[in-house]
Amino acid sequence: MSDAQGAGDVILAVEGVTLSFGGVRALNEVSFDVREHEVRSIIGPNGAGKSSMLNVINGVYHPQQGTIRLRMDGALREFHDMDPHEVALSGIARTFQNLALFKGMSVLDNIMTGRNLRMHTNLLLQALRIGPAAREEIEHREAVELIIDFLEIQAYRKTPVGRLPYGLQKRVDLGRALAMEPSVLLLDEPMAGMNVEEKQDMCRFILDVNDQMGTTIVLIEHDMGVVMDISDRVVVLDYGRKIGDGTPEEVRGNQAVIDAYLGVSH
Amino acid sequence: MFYRENGQYKTTYGADQQMLPILQDRIFMAVLLLFAFIGVPLLASDYLLLSILVPFLILALAATGLNLLVGYCGQISVGHAAFMAVGAYSAYNIVLRVPQLNFLVVLVLAGLIAAAVGMLFGIPSLRIKGLYLAVATLAAQFFMDWTFARVKWFTNYASSGSVSTATIDLFGWRVDTPARKYLFLLAVVTVFTLMAKNLVRGHLGRAWMAMRDMDVAAEVIGIRPVYAKLTAFAVSSFYVGVAGALWGFVHLGSWEPLAFDINLSFTLLFMIIIGGMGSILGSFFGALFIVALPILLNQVPAMLGLPLATATKSHLEVMIFGSLIIFFLIAEPNGLARLWAIGKEKLRLWPFPH
Repeated sequence: MSDAQGAGDVILAVEGVTLSFGGVRALNEVSFDVREHEVRSIIGPNGAGKSSMLNVINGVYHPQQGTIRLRMDGALREFHDMDPHEVALSGIARTFQNLALFKGMSVLDNIMTGRNLRMHTNLLLQALRIGPAAREEIEHREAVELIIDFLEIQAYRKTPVGRLPYGLQKRVDLGRALAMEPSVLLLDEPMAGMNVEEKQDMCRFILDVNDQMGTTIVLIEHDMGVVMDISDRVVVLDYGRKIGDGTPEEVRGNQAVIDAYLGVSH
Repeated sequence: MFYRENGQYKTTYGADQQMLPILQDRIFMAVLLLFAFIGVPLLASDYLLLSILVPFLILALAATGLNLLVGYCGQISVGHAAFMAVGAYSAYNIVLRVPQLNFLVVLVLAGLIAAAVGMLFGIPSLRIKGLYLAVATLAAQFFMDWTFARVKWFTNYASSGSVSTATIDLFGWRVDTPARKYLFLLAVVTVFTLMAKNLVRGHLGRAWMAMRDMDVAAEVIGIRPVYAKLTAFAVSSFYVGVAGALWGFVHLGSWEPLAFDINLSFTLLFMIIIGGMGSILGSFFGALFIVALPILLNQVPAMLGLPLATATKSHLEVMIFGSLIIFFLIAEPNGLARLWAIGKEKLRLWPFPH
């Protein structure tokens, strides 16, 4: 749907990343790049290493080999052993496969935590809630309200997230990531467990984010219809290796990919 | 019928983010505060002031502090009485060595020292959580118990190990009568409660709750665990340290090291569990429950005219108290604050629940 002509220079490059847990190789010399403004999908059977890949980009795991480069201030910079906080600062946001919302907090507060990176008033000012602290709170509330409007969840603003149905929780998860105003948004199975209508809504939100905010999207998804429809380029992983990379048409015709998904007799 | 927000339109985010967005709540709070500041000192007996309200206020402050750490940030601590002790002994030593300092300054300094010690003992929380962290904080309790019992400098080489304090003098206003003690505490507790409420509504409070609810996601969103956890330990210990200083100077007057033993730590934990984790209001409910209920239970046999021996009465008191705690935990695991919230929710719909 969204065409590749909007895609620009490489914004995120993964080069030769190898990640092992003890004897298990979760990722084996995986390389790919993500261009600015595109929708880049990562697919593969269960256990292929997709979520591990996102965790590496996020700084949750540190790979034994390989580098990750990210465009910051116009140049690709290599980053080593960044912790998740530094990664977040450099403009990468993330949603989670299994809902990782803050259950005890309202929808509004959940999305507000996405703004925490940008809120700097000190403890004492916050305790007194005077001047800058009160202003900051309102300023960021305005930004969050835009996201709430965008995701059409106005009615649930003050509801504790735990009480919302699954599909809406996924939306709040997306909202929390959007509140960070990321340049790259990593989505880990945003449509898992949804019905067709919910999937359509989610697709619309993802494409709108990509279009209107110019955010680069890296998407992990199992629904092939969705992947083939909305991606500009697709990476295929299997057992921690990259077995395919290209436009949806190229990937669909790739024999290795077909074998990985359908199985092949050895 | 009268308690609802219908017709109270918020036109700015500032108005929507008030501490008490509903008008009726604000009126109720104003009336309650007026009554507490003016009505109570005039009406209450010295007994009520000294043996219920004074300990209630101080313990509510300590419970609020503990709740910031356990209820809001999700880091369990069973050593908070140790930080109360740090506050109390710090205040004692500051007053002893620099007598010209105003007590309010002493209070803040005592809190800051407790905060520093709290942060030190909070460092294990960066690596461990849950029950293991509880055991690590237990170390704080034993270490502080030992320090104040053995290091004689802290108790000014008193042979008995117990210390006693002079009357607090605030700019010539001596905190000596029960009513004055109560008013002083009420003022301090009101200010600190407001600040706690503001903190948990701000971005620091959200960072704490994020750590509590889902620490990995919080990190990926850009919350630094070191900062969130250590500030929670610091602020919590500050509150508890101030409460400890007040407990020593206003409530006890003189005390020995055992005054801040592990029983007090458990009492604080009970308060926030019964009152409600993650609720400032719950800390007050919990403190009231723990302070007032034993006294009430003590009075009941006399009111019913039952001739019970004193020993039997105190045994009964403990037994009934224990079973009430269990009953409350089964009936409402989220504490009295949750019951209060449900009550308010019902009241909003009453008398037309559909």
